[in-house]
Amino acid sequence: MTKAELIENVTRKVDGLNRTQMDVLASTVFDTIKDALAGGDKVEIRGFGSFRLRYRAAREGRNPKSGELVRVPPKEVPFFKAGKELREMVDS
Amino acid sequence: MRKADIANILYERHGVPKREAAAIVELILDEIKESLANGEEVKIAGFGNFTVRHKRERKGRNPKTGEEIGISPRRVVSFKASPVFKQQILDERT
Repeated sequence: MTKAELIENVTRKVDGLNRTQMDVLASTVFDTIKDALAGGDKVEIRGFGSFRLRYRAAREGRNPKSGELVRVPPKEVPFFKAGKELREMVDS
Repeated sequence: MRKADIANILYERHGVPKREAAAIVELILDEIKESLANGEEVKIAGFGNFTVRHKRERKGRNPKTGEEIGISPRRVVSFKASPVFKQQILDERT
């Protein structure tokens, strides 16, 4: 399912909103999650899961083309952990 | 941040009545869950992809007793953030 299909499906279940309007709302939902993490917050949705940042330590890597040693700085990456209900729905 | 906070932003930014906003957030999440439950991946452009991964059976250990146990094959959800999402984190967190 793509974002467009998601919007299509949700629009069908809601009265009084067209696809364009639903696109705006769905985009705000996903932007809000991104902004929360970018602001250092985490997002916890019961039954669905939680989004948080995971810290990745600095490491030494290699440029695969030149073989040159490069220093990769520490960083944070988005991480999702499925909630209990979602885990059970998927594994049954 | 929780579900109600997301609904509240739909109300503040787009004037969607609070009860309807909560229902819409719920429908979006339910749609994603249903899709994953059917084994289908969910690709949200600019956000990331949720996929269902099949894990093989493997051996584990009860960390308390040290007893060896079999971990049955299972399906798990994995999320890969889109490059846009990762870049926003890099830009705003450093």
